[in-house]
Amino acid sequence: MTSMTGTAARAMAGFGNTSLGRAFGSWLGKIAGGFLILLVLVAIFAPWITPFDYAAQDLMNGNAPPGWPHLLGTDQFGRDVLSRVIYGARTSLSVSATAIAISIAVGMTLGAAAGYFGGLFERAVMTVVDLTWSFPDILIALIFVAIIGPGLTSTTFAIAIAYLAQFTRLTRAQIVRLKRETFIEATINLGAKPRHILQYHLLPNAIAPVIVVGMLAIGDGIVLEATLGFFGLGAQPPTPSWGAMMSSGTAQLFLSPWVIIFPGVVVAVTVIAVNLFGDELIRALDIRDRIRGA
Amino acid sequence: MLEVSNLEVAFGPVAPLSGVSFALDKGETLGIVGESGSGKSLTAMSVMGLLPLSGGRITAGSIVFDGQELTTLSEPAYRRLRGGRIGLITQNPMTSLDPLQKIGPQVDKVAVLHLGMTAREARARTVEILGTLRIPEPALICERYPHQMSGGMKQRIVIAMALAADPDVLVADEPTTALDVTVQAQIIRLLDDLVKERDLSLVLITHDMSVVAQTCDKVVVMYAGRAIEHGPVGAIFGAPQHPYTQALIGCIPKGLGQDEQLTGIPGTVPTVLNYPKGCPFHPRCPRAQGICATDRPAHVTQGDSAVACHFPGERA
Repeated sequence: MTSMTGTAARAMAGFGNTSLGRAFGSWLGKIAGGFLILLVLVAIFAPWITPFDYAAQDLMNGNAPPGWPHLLGTDQFGRDVLSRVIYGARTSLSVSATAIAISIAVGMTLGAAAGYFGGLFERAVMTVVDLTWSFPDILIALIFVAIIGPGLTSTTFAIAIAYLAQFTRLTRAQIVRLKRETFIEATINLGAKPRHILQYHLLPNAIAPVIVVGMLAIGDGIVLEATLGFFGLGAQPPTPSWGAMMSSGTAQLFLSPWVIIFPGVVVAVTVIAVNLFGDELIRALDIRDRIRGA
Repeated sequence: MLEVSNLEVAFGPVAPLSGVSFALDKGETLGIVGESGSGKSLTAMSVMGLLPLSGGRITAGSIVFDGQELTTLSEPAYRRLRGGRIGLITQNPMTSLDPLQKIGPQVDKVAVLHLGMTAREARARTVEILGTLRIPEPALICERYPHQMSGGMKQRIVIAMALAADPDVLVADEPTTALDVTVQAQIIRLLDDLVKERDLSLVLITHDMSVVAQTCDKVVVMYAGRAIEHGPVGAIFGAPQHPYTQALIGCIPKGLGQDEQLTGIPGTVPTVLNYPKGCPFHPRCPRAQGICATDRPAHVTQGDSAVACHFPGERA
């Protein structure tokens, strides 16, 4: 620490004052956030850090227990479980993040428009959105699988639609609340157009809870992706996905439990980390009441 | 410049405003006084065309600004007036600024929108206006966020935003209610100076009769959604005709150290849902007689003033 230059120290202090920085402030935030950063790095650099090709089969060496050289053992086809878990992180994170990004983009637009314009338009939008919420996630996934076939695209859209209602409702609630604030009335009084008010005043003030709920939803999205993968509706072989790995592991549950245990543990730890970090973010942004309000 | 005649406003079946009239010339200051709930702010909202926001509408009367009828104006045309030619200074500066945006950009946008300036020109103008409002180091203030400033400062910023597009009329809705007493006087003086320097017309809504006496040329006294007396400040304060106006003036503290009892007005302002029949003031009026409870008094004009009372006259 003594070798740290003034500029770097100031930069660190600056980061500590941001909401993200404050979320890293507690030891819980450091552990959870650190794990998530590690996971993202692992996913990005997967080709360089995996000890084996995730699809390479070694039929003579199937169901090998954890040890050397296969640290987490091999599955029934002799594929390295560690490499597949690492590549699975790529699949899980990218599918979940993409889906939630779509969900936020569409949900915020719908919710903001509904909340701002109100009236019949609001009622129409919210009814349709609430309808999507009433469908079980798996059913939505099945609809997409029926239309475009099983695979990551279907999974992505299914997750996006499953969380659409949440973001629409959350954004709408924020906008309805903000719309009554004096500074919005003051802006109208200065002659601002609705578009300007939405873009510069309402959305920036509404975004904090959406970010946090989005963060938590990525965790849920990982579980949903794993679930769909488990049922064979998601990633298709040989693409590794945590859910699909567990699914194939069930066949040899007693023969080689590591095939199902390790992806399962990773899913669990990831989701716990996402939730813990999300909680820290809520605390740092001081918006607990606004999230419950949705 | 601005002429409001017989304005009536309704929210569904409720009519919180009936028969408000006043006229304002260039360079004049008009005070609208009255207790809470008398319809002062509603009058301001009607002039700004903001009633639809809260579900109200103008049912009768007219608002003419610079020869243009406002009650039938389309929303896009109204948007050009708001902030452009009529500026509004809101009641609470604490909540009138977007908490996420720096002061500079918030003020700049007004000139960009209404005067078609570039961002750079608008900033130069913002700095200049902040300077005329006696804000120290205006360029630095532009980089601040609202939470870093005091209430009096924020109110100056709100005034700067109202002035940014060089309006003809300024409507100040209780501009000092949320401020410290010491700052109140500064802001009122500032508004007064602005009117003189820029030849503005100012509608000053307040419940402080002493402020009206000091700064206004004309005054409208409102009670229960009605203008019960209006006229030049000199005439109204010199010889108030309506018992309510007399009572309000009686509420002004005269000085310190004197062994003087401040008078209050007995009773409370009626709520919109049960405005009394006849003269709305009769339940609290010392002069009330039988006719006051049944017939609504018409406006009696006397010189430049008008009063709505069955028994006008100076206090006995």
